[in-house]
Amino acid sequence: MTDRFMLSRRQLLKTSAAGAALGLASASFPIGKAFAAAATVGFIYVGPKDDYGYNQAHAEGAAALKGIEGISIVEEENVPETVDVQKTMESMINLDGASLIFPTSFGYFDPHMLAMCTKFPDVQFRHCGGMWNKDKHPMNAGSYFGYIGMGQYLNGVVAGHTSKSKKLGFVAAKPIPQVLLNINSFLLGARSVDPTITCQVIFTGEWSLAVKEAEATNALVDQGADVITCHVDSPKVVVETAAGRGAFICGYHANQSPLAPEKYLTGAEWNWAKVYKMFVDDLVAGTPLPNFTRGGLADGFVKMSPLGPAVGEPARKQFDATLAEMMKGGFSVIKGPLKSNKGVVVATEGQAFAEAAIELESMDYLVEGVVGSTA
Amino acid sequence: MEATEIGLWGVPLAILGGAIRVSTPFIFVSLGEAITERSGRINLGLEGTLVFGAMTAYAMAVMTGSPWLGLMAAATAGLCFGLFHGWICKFPGVNDIAIGIALMLLGSGLAFFFGKPFIQPSAPDLPAIPFGGWSDIPQVQAALNVNVLFLIGAALAVFLWWAFRNTRAGLILRVVGDSSDAARAMGLDPNMVRLIATGVGGALAGIGGGYLSLYYPGSWTERISSGQGLMAVALVIFARWNPLGCFAAALLFGGAGALGPALQSVGITQGYYLFYAAPYILTLIIMIATSSPGRSLAGAPGELSITK
Repeated sequence: MTDRFMLSRRQLLKTSAAGAALGLASASFPIGKAFAAAATVGFIYVGPKDDYGYNQAHAEGAAALKGIEGISIVEEENVPETVDVQKTMESMINLDGASLIFPTSFGYFDPHMLAMCTKFPDVQFRHCGGMWNKDKHPMNAGSYFGYIGMGQYLNGVVAGHTSKSKKLGFVAAKPIPQVLLNINSFLLGARSVDPTITCQVIFTGEWSLAVKEAEATNALVDQGADVITCHVDSPKVVVETAAGRGAFICGYHANQSPLAPEKYLTGAEWNWAKVYKMFVDDLVAGTPLPNFTRGGLADGFVKMSPLGPAVGEPARKQFDATLAEMMKGGFSVIKGPLKSNKGVVVATEGQAFAEAAIELESMDYLVEGVVGSTA
Repeated sequence: MEATEIGLWGVPLAILGGAIRVSTPFIFVSLGEAITERSGRINLGLEGTLVFGAMTAYAMAVMTGSPWLGLMAAATAGLCFGLFHGWICKFPGVNDIAIGIALMLLGSGLAFFFGKPFIQPSAPDLPAIPFGGWSDIPQVQAALNVNVLFLIGAALAVFLWWAFRNTRAGLILRVVGDSSDAARAMGLDPNMVRLIATGVGGALAGIGGGYLSLYYPGSWTERISSGQGLMAVALVIFARWNPLGCFAAALLFGGAGALGPALQSVGITQGYYLFYAAPYILTLIIMIATSSPGRSLAGAPGELSITK
């Protein structure tokens, strides 16, 4: 209750500045009209924007907006998922005049972005992650996300052809549905080549822990895994460690091939440039921004790194064929008959979940063939 | 690469390999801090020095192509941080812990600022000595690939342990740490001794940072340290200010840190968050087992602000 009467320092400054401006304006003339056509778009990253990973993928998307007439962008990196991000959003709105903000990290949404949505109803917020729900959340908020599981399936296809030990390795951060879907897709892609392939997963417990990621990669290689992929914020350490041990790598988030040109097979990358341009085009045209945006490979939200020199001809062929099939639409990675690695049936014969299926967003299992546990 | 099944043997092997790979920054930071604390000051800023050292080493190695020059630059940067801490703490009424925290933040901030252009390029790695040549198993060979810095760290621990007892410099350091009054009565200048001790401690922490960015994990990112500098400072107390103890504690932490990933890799996957907490649980148990309400910490320098 007391919240309503407590003013933050910024609000106090704003209110007093507005009061002063009012006094001025009544005596003189309105200012700032000339800039009405310009819009400022804010981007907030949880880590460094050149991390060869999650944040770099978003920053590349933001950089693609720089040529657009009348659009200026503001960025802030290394913003923790705490009340700090609220301060960042407030200053982007109050000081830079941002009218559209993309807080790109999962943990920014609730309660931080939602609090800002109520406080600044004229500003649009779009969050990367896909948690927006029209019954629960304000209309100036929204979600966008890409179905990158398909990309991990294609990674798996190439990995399945390349692996000699028939053991793959996956360094994962946390057992949340998106990560689990990536792990399962990677294995199922590999099993489309050879159904005896297994995939060992190691959870590090955090999105960015360089030493633990290196240890996990070493442990996987020690156990005979010869193709490694990952789902952590910055795959740089995993890629360099795996390549140093002589294992092949499938990338994630962004193109890591410069780090290990010989050992890099392919990778599942985000193509946020496409998504951000779409939002900004709407903003410039003055049409309402969509609240819920999704897309996969076929929609151009996700792309694949160019195949590396170690990829053989059969792998190349199956990769191209599978990609072509995905581009047609309607491809299902999770389809029956399929069991979890605990023996529970997750899809019955004939049952198939398309990439947009809502069931996949609450995935809590690892499929048969994945060695690992979600808890 | 030849694939060999080693199954459960992977766990002890990973712990051994992890102890060697992960422990080196802990060794250098904790030995540096042991020297500083033996002189009667605490430098909590070593976390910042570690991060700044990692950045400096990487940047220098990228620009010159020589990891050794990078390492020297990191040691010099660490020395400067240490000397600054030592100098500012000589003024009356200055709290060394508060200055340490300020320097920790300053070091990380400066490292992030200057390190921006060096996140993307690749630097040459420090060389490792393959001690595993006798084995045909690639996993053993990988685990026994020992970096020279680890060996230097081990030798340094033994040397310091000996020097604290048996050299003039070691005795001066200890008398200054135990009683400023006694040191002054002997004609020593405690501030000068502490300045040098903190500077040397900083230089060692800088080298520890260079190991992080130039060998393992071997790249410069802003998250490279994840608190290892702070943990190493705590290790010194855990090791009772004994350099050999610091070395053992660093090995213990390195090995325990490898336990979680290694157990998952052999299929023991339930409760991995608990395995990750293993080093901290171990620390708690040892601290409780070795402490007593009846006496102060054995081996604690008398001039330390936490024990005074």
